[in-house]
Amino acid sequence: MADIRNDFVGIKSPNPFWLASAPPTDKAYNVERAFKAGWGGVVWKTLGEEGPPIVNVNGPRYGAIWGADRRLLGLNNIELITDRDLQTNLREIKQIKRDWPDRAVVVSIMVPCEEAAWKAILPVVEETGADGIELNFGCPHGMSERGMGSAVGQVPEYIEMVARWCKQNTRMPVIVKLTPNITDIRYPARAAKKGGADAVSLINTVSSITSVDLDSFSPEPSIDGKGSHGGYCGPAVKPIALNMVAEIARDPETAGLPISGIGGVTTWRDAAEFMALGAGNVQVCTAAMTYGFKIVQEMIEGLKNWMDEKGHARLDDIVGRATPNVTDWQYLNLNYVTKARINQDLCIKCGRCHIACEDTSHQAITSTVNGVRHFEVIEAECVGCNLCVNVCPVEDCIDMVALAAGTLDQRTGRKVEPTYANWTTHPNNPMAPKVAAE
Amino acid sequence: MAEGQFRDGIVAGRLPSADYEQNFADLHPPLDRHEALVEADRCYFCYDAPCMQACPTQIDIPLFIRQIATGNPLGSAKTIFDQNILGGMCARVCPTETLCEEACVREAAEGKPVQIGRLQRYATDVAMEQGRQFYQRAAPTGKKIAIVGAGPAGLACAHGLAVHGHDVTIYEARPKPGGLNEYGIAAYKTPGGFAQAEVDYVTAIGGIDIEYGKALGRDIHLAELIANFDAVFLGMGLAGVNALRAEGEDAEGVENAVEFIATLRQASDLSSLPVGRRVVVIGGGMTAVDAAVQSKLLGAEEVTICYRRGPEHMNASEYEQDLAAANGVAIRHWLQPKRVVSEGGKVVAIELEYTALDGDRLKGTGEILRLPADQVFKAIGQSFEPSVLNGSGPSIALENGRIRIDAEGRTSLDKVWAGGDCVVDAREDLTVSAVAAGRDAAQSIHRSLTSNGRA
Ligand SMILES: Cc1cc2nc3c(=O)[nH]c(=O)nc-3n(C[C@H](O)[C@H](O)[C@H](O)COP(=O)(O)OP(=O)(O)OC[C@H]3O[C@@H](n4cnc5c(N)ncnc54)[C@H](O)[C@@H]3O)c2cc1C
Ligand SMILES: Cc1cc2nc3c(=O)[nH]c(=O)nc-3n(C[C@H](O)[C@H](O)[C@H](O)COP(=O)(O)O)c2cc1C
Ligand code: SF4
Repeated sequence: MADIRNDFVGIKSPNPFWLASAPPTDKAYNVERAFKAGWGGVVWKTLGEEGPPIVNVNGPRYGAIWGADRRLLGLNNIELITDRDLQTNLREIKQIKRDWPDRAVVVSIMVPCEEAAWKAILPVVEETGADGIELNFGCPHGMSERGMGSAVGQVPEYIEMVARWCKQNTRMPVIVKLTPNITDIRYPARAAKKGGADAVSLINTVSSITSVDLDSFSPEPSIDGKGSHGGYCGPAVKPIALNMVAEIARDPETAGLPISGIGGVTTWRDAAEFMALGAGNVQVCTAAMTYGFKIVQEMIEGLKNWMDEKGHARLDDIVGRATPNVTDWQYLNLNYVTKARINQDLCIKCGRCHIACEDTSHQAITSTVNGVRHFEVIEAECVGCNLCVNVCPVEDCIDMVALAAGTLDQRTGRKVEPTYANWTTHPNNPMAPKVAAE
Repeated sequence: MAEGQFRDGIVAGRLPSADYEQNFADLHPPLDRHEALVEADRCYFCYDAPCMQACPTQIDIPLFIRQIATGNPLGSAKTIFDQNILGGMCARVCPTETLCEEACVREAAEGKPVQIGRLQRYATDVAMEQGRQFYQRAAPTGKKIAIVGAGPAGLACAHGLAVHGHDVTIYEARPKPGGLNEYGIAAYKTPGGFAQAEVDYVTAIGGIDIEYGKALGRDIHLAELIANFDAVFLGMGLAGVNALRAEGEDAEGVENAVEFIATLRQASDLSSLPVGRRVVVIGGGMTAVDAAVQSKLLGAEEVTICYRRGPEHMNASEYEQDLAAANGVAIRHWLQPKRVVSEGGKVVAIELEYTALDGDRLKGTGEILRLPADQVFKAIGQSFEPSVLNGSGPSIALENGRIRIDAEGRTSLDKVWAGGDCVVDAREDLTVSAVAAGRDAAQSIHRSLTSNGRA
């Protein structure tokens, strides 16, 4: 049986599934239930500085995007950091860590961008016995207007500065949580590393408006007829998060920097994908908020089954395995030629491949052959784009088949080259070396 | 004396009164909004959709389903009505398992087609409940058209003509409109007075006048109509019933299934409707199934359909056969009626002869089966009653006993069109086919009255 014990910057947990800093980790009651259900760790809901507690809106704080059967695809929130008293939180964290010594307890913190504020909070957090801290530089709403959260996360210099203060003022490992609301995720990650952070975690939520009420013309969620942009999360953001994790994992300047992957993790499969791209573990919020804590059972078992099936003994055997396969477009092999092929036995003749290709692409799929409804790829027109595969409702009905070296590509009239060749040396590339090296 | 189901003879009130309502409730209850959205999401929005080709009225099914999915049920209803003004009734009574849903690619993929009929009902219900009319009459043209029969064919024709601004008079023999929608379709397919509500919805466009109790051949004559109107459309369905050709078939208790159903449809209190303890239905079509199932629902103890060929030859679809079986009706095959046995003039049993195929020919094997029965329903097909056309002026050409028409619905007589069950054409005898025929004839009439559609 695969061993899925996790060691993330020295923080040990029985599995790589942590609950992200959010409502599920806002109090001992929830965290207790989470640990009973089997979660490996939690990042406690973000603490602010000592003082009057944070105030949340009293109307709806969530908006959502659904599939037809109300499957929740994306969640949006305008909640702020914890609205509970700091001392209460600290007391509960301490109790939890005492009662659950084998689980990871990391505390998320967000205080103003002044060294004194950080110096004040770090010792009291440390005193709880927590395993580490996560700096919330990600929250895109409310707190950012007060110069915290993503307002810090969007300025690499601030990230570096705060990370350094923390490293200087605590023994605890420091994880910097990044906001996706920037143009290039590598800059904040590099800054965190420069500041001495032990790891980064990402993504926090994506700035968003979920929908507009077409009767009241209020954005959703609507507070008395007005709305504010919130943070988007859940399955819909996973592709964005995966890319950002990969960008940091393969950036030479941050290579080796531990990453905690967050964003839309709902199943063991999502977790495995994050880890393959370089995440040392994953954090989950929306999936737990949708289905409750029990989902972790499926995640643990699913991950183990897959690892056993593939012969991966430990998490180290999978972390980063896909990272080397992420490259720049210019290095993709232009001599790799594929053609769509429709399995006629599986085809149910809906015609979606035809109309997609006919109306919007390359006119490479028939609709009738000899007067009979029949969908077949015209190889001489097919550019191998994969659109038909993506729109086909039947799994595995359309394959993208790679042409073997030496076969004729009917579209170009040229034989498929056996060698790898990319854009950097392509004759149409003005930047390519003029004479091909023979 | 035996009570309820076990009482011999043809008697009423076999069931506790509460059972009737339950037994005759909607066969397919309406989808609620959420169910409709989920079902609509199953539609793949096929290219050149096979379902649309399979619909006799060519409703743009992928489009109307997408309109439901996007929260636009009124737009969806208009898409349906644009092709089929009786889309509400069709949604309830179409044998979708042999039409649109049979062609659905999900039927090929997983044996579970998108429930097109129920979605169609969802959208049309929304529009009809709101009384939302989508069509306005064009300016009056002064042209007058007579229509015989207020069934689906006549109503569809009338609506099409009214939209163009023509004035329509429908002559209907019965006291109510709707044709078999009102008198023939199984009660559990269209409960709640829907047939009448739909006629009101269709005729609300204006310019359609229905005269009840006016039968062609009795109160009015074809020659008069031709003389007094600019065009005539005949949509009077099938009035005759085929004979059993079994000895003793005039015994008391041998009845015409269509009439039994008509009585049932018009009954205000089903518990007052008599039905036999042991009922035998002769036939293999939709009428046979409907008569059998409804007898069972009225409390008959034992109901048997006897059909002279095998299950694969039955006109009733597999779905209808299953429906009969699920209601406790026994279907027996390869049996033809020979003799009705009666005592004191009342049927007590029926004797049937086993049959077999000799090549293509069906012949009796000589072996006889005797089934006890206190009621026997004839459901072996209806026939066209041509006599109503005759006796006044030139006669209309028939073919195989029904009115002959061309591709546009024109009969052999100038100015006279026909459609629906009373004609011979490639269309099946279905509500939806009658709608298509009436609709298309209206366009043909309009073209002929206005030199290619221009007034
Ligand atoms: C028992 C039964 C069940 C059926 N179930 C279904 C079903 O579930 N689904 C389905 O799609 N189809 C079903 N059908 C078939 C369907 O009802 C018919 O195909 C359809 O009604 C034909 O429409 P129509 O307008 O041609 O004729 P009809 O509906 O028969 O209408 C003809 C109208 O003309 C009137 N009329 C007749 N003679 C005269 C006259 N001389 N003068 C004036 N008016 C006259 C009649 O009173 C009637 O109103 C069923 C048929 C029967 C008999
Ligand atoms: C209601 C809500 C509140 C959140 N609050 C915080 C927070 O206080 N601190 C923080 O770092 N992230 C917060 N997040 C972000 C989550 O921790 C997580 O980064 C994000 O939801 C993406 O993960 P997911 O797709 O699994 O939900 C919050 C998310 C939600 C939905
Ligand atoms: S009219 Fe009948 S066949 Fe046509 S789509 Fe509607 S239910 Fe299907």
